[in-house]
Formats: sequence, structure tokens, C-alpha cells
Amino acid sequence: MYAQLVETGAQRVRGTDELEGQERVFQERIDAGVKIEPKDWMPEGYRKTLVRQISQHAHSEIVGQLPEGNWITRAPTLKRKAILLAKVQDEAGHGLYLYSAAETLGVSRDALIAQLHAGKAKYSSIFNYPTLTWADIGAIGWLVDGSAIINQIPLCRCSYGPYARAMVRVCKEESFHQRQGYDLLLALCNGTPEQKAMAQDALNRWWWPALMMFGPSDADSVNSAQSTQWGIKLFSNDALRQKMVDQTVPQAEYLGLTIPDPDLKWNEERGHYDFGAIDWDEFFNVIKGNGPCNRERLATRVQAYEDGEWFREGLNAHADKQAARGAAAA
Amino acid sequence: MKKEWPLWEIFIRSQHGLAHKHVGSLHAPDAEMAVNNARDVYTRRNEGVSIWVVRSADIVASSPDDKEPLFEPSNSKVYRHPTFFPMPEAVKHI
Ligand SMILES: [Fe+2]
Ligand SMILES: [Fe+2]
Repeated sequence: MYAQLVETGAQRVRGTDELEGQERVFQERIDAGVKIEPKDWMPEGYRKTLVRQISQHAHSEIVGQLPEGNWITRAPTLKRKAILLAKVQDEAGHGLYLYSAAETLGVSRDALIAQLHAGKAKYSSIFNYPTLTWADIGAIGWLVDGSAIINQIPLCRCSYGPYARAMVRVCKEESFHQRQGYDLLLALCNGTPEQKAMAQDALNRWWWPALMMFGPSDADSVNSAQSTQWGIKLFSNDALRQKMVDQTVPQAEYLGLTIPDPDLKWNEERGHYDFGAIDWDEFFNVIKGNGPCNRERLATRVQAYEDGEWFREGLNAHADKQAARGAAAA
Repeated sequence: MKKEWPLWEIFIRSQHGLAHKHVGSLHAPDAEMAVNNARDVYTRRNEGVSIWVVRSADIVASSPDDKEPLFEPSNSKVYRHPTFFPMPEAVKHI
């Protein structure tokens, strides 16, 4: 997802009855569905895990602007351009909500951004794929934001108050993202054969990376078990992925597009779609920094930050001057 | 940037005559930029007609440890709620 393979530091998950003192009180609050707030006592592992998870999520929102931002100047109509601008601007907002939530845990946004720019922080694998055609912008909204919604809706109920509240804001805005993508693809699929072929090509390239967003099966993962006990992970990777497949297949059918998976078929008994094996080597390769666009994404991000330096300096100088004037007048 | 920008808490009043409500926080070098940034970050969909920004450092908050002494006393005072007083059926408009 927007945060993948989040480390918790746990070797083994201890049940509530095995815990003592403050840690027990803390776990009982979580078990009772009471939100944890910034000034409350929390185990160091919980704090660190949340910093990792929320900052990765924030980085994903920010880096996630790049593949789409790439098409703003080339949108086919003024209307589509305005819509895409608004969508990309929303993602900047999502990043900011999330950095704010992370900061309540005692890290600074500047430090988190420095980690990202130094290549020491993770962000979602999905944003390391290129946007080759206009149809990719549709595929991202439909599949990537669609998957993000499936992941983020449960997080609105997660145990950490500031993260849950940030997710509520994000989810309110996310539905527009998915719909504008689907709407864009509908237009292409109702257009010329070339346009429809472009939509099919985008689906072919984005389908598997979108399924990989949910991360490998975590049925046996200690980290996931710990995050589940802490109430910061509410469904398994496989359950969320299945939900994505089940809801997306009929949407693809409506578009008249074919999902690039020969093993995809409805399983009457399970009441779900079966689907083919995912190439996890590709996923780990992208995570390690060797995806098609990892280097380019990071370089673009750093460049944007450096290009803004003169402006930030100007704002600082103005603020200092105003403060000095205020002090002189007082 | 050498200097870290201070954190501001943002309060927005919506159209419907309600009080300003805390919506989140952001960094800005001064109050004026905090208002500008709050416009972009928190009112992209007509969420408000008025913005307050307050330096986070200027907010004094109660501590979680004081929860009991602060809020416990009101728990036992159920007579502060109108439902504490059952009214006879025959009595109207009360
Ligand atoms: Fe987002
Ligand atoms: Fe989005």
C-alpha cells in the first residue's frame, strides 16, 4: 500500500494478558477501541512503527504527484487539465495532513523530508512506474487511487487519533480521484479504436503493479500481527487485494477492457474472483530502488525542493523583517 | 532551509454559522503565510468562510494525567441533565 512492509521491531506478539503496567493499560485501551492521542503514554515500538508508517504514507502522496504531474501540460482539453491539476493538488494536501500527523509523534517534517531526499525513506512501489500515455492518467485514478481507498477507509478507524483524523480528510477527497480516472477511461473506451487500444494498453501495464501495492501475503508476518494488535492495521494484505479485484473486474467489463490475467475467473464457491500469481521478484526489485523510475522520481523531488530554496529564503527574510518591525514598535 | 518554520494550528468556520473548528496544523514562517497556506491546505472545497491561525507553541493544553481530577467531578452530577427530572404526562411544553 502507500506504506509497504512496515517494520515494527516485534519478534513475537504478546497477548494483552501477557503485558504489565502501562503497556497493559495501553493495550486495553486499544482493545476497547479508545483512541490513543499524542500526549498519552505509548510503547516506543508503537511510536516508531507509526512514524515509519505515516511518513511512508506521506512520502507516497508527495512522490505520487510526479507520475501525474508529468501530464498536466499535455492534458487533451482545458477541462481535463483543470481536473488533473486539482487532483494533483489534493495529493500535496494529503502529504501535508500526514506529515502533520507524524509530527505529533515527535519527529519534524523537515527531518522526514531530508530522509526521503537522501534516499533513506520508502514510498509506495507503484509510483516508480512511468506514465507513458494519457490513458495512464485514467488507469492511475481508477486503479491506484481505487486501491488507496480500499486501504485508507479502514485506517479512518485506526488506534492513533491524529492518523485516523488525517485519513478521514483524505478519504473525503479520494473518491473524486478514482472517478475522474474512470471517467477519463470511459471517454477513451467510447472513442476511436486507437483510443480504446490506448486504454487497454494502460490497463495491461498498471494491473499487476496495482495488485502489488497491497504488499505480499502477510498471513505469517510478525510485523503485521503486531500492527494488527496495535490497531494500526485492520485487514490482511490478501483480504484488501481480494476486495480490489472483486470490485474492479465488473468495472473493467463495463469499459469493455480485458484484465491481463488468463487465470482470472469467478469462483462461485468462494464468492470471489480467483486470480493468477503475482511476480513478487518484480515488487522487491522496485522496493530496492531498481524500478523503472526510482532514480528519476527522487531526482525530480530533490530538484523541486532545491528550486524552491530562494522562495523559502525570501519568506524567511520577510517574516524576520516583520517580526523586527513589530518588536521595534512595541 | 536552515531554520525550521513554526507550527500553526488551523481553525475554520464553515458557512453555516457554527464556531471555528480545529481542522489540523501546518508550518509557515509567519501568520500571514499561515493563513495563505491554510486556504490551500484546508479549504479547497469551500469548507470555510473564516480562518484562524494560532502558533501551536502558544496553546496550553490539559495533560492526560489530569483527566480524572478535571472531568471526574461532572460524572456524578446527573441532575445537570434535563432528563434527570421526569415530568408528569399532563404537564405540557416543559
Ligand atoms: Fe492521496
Ligand atoms: Fe488520491
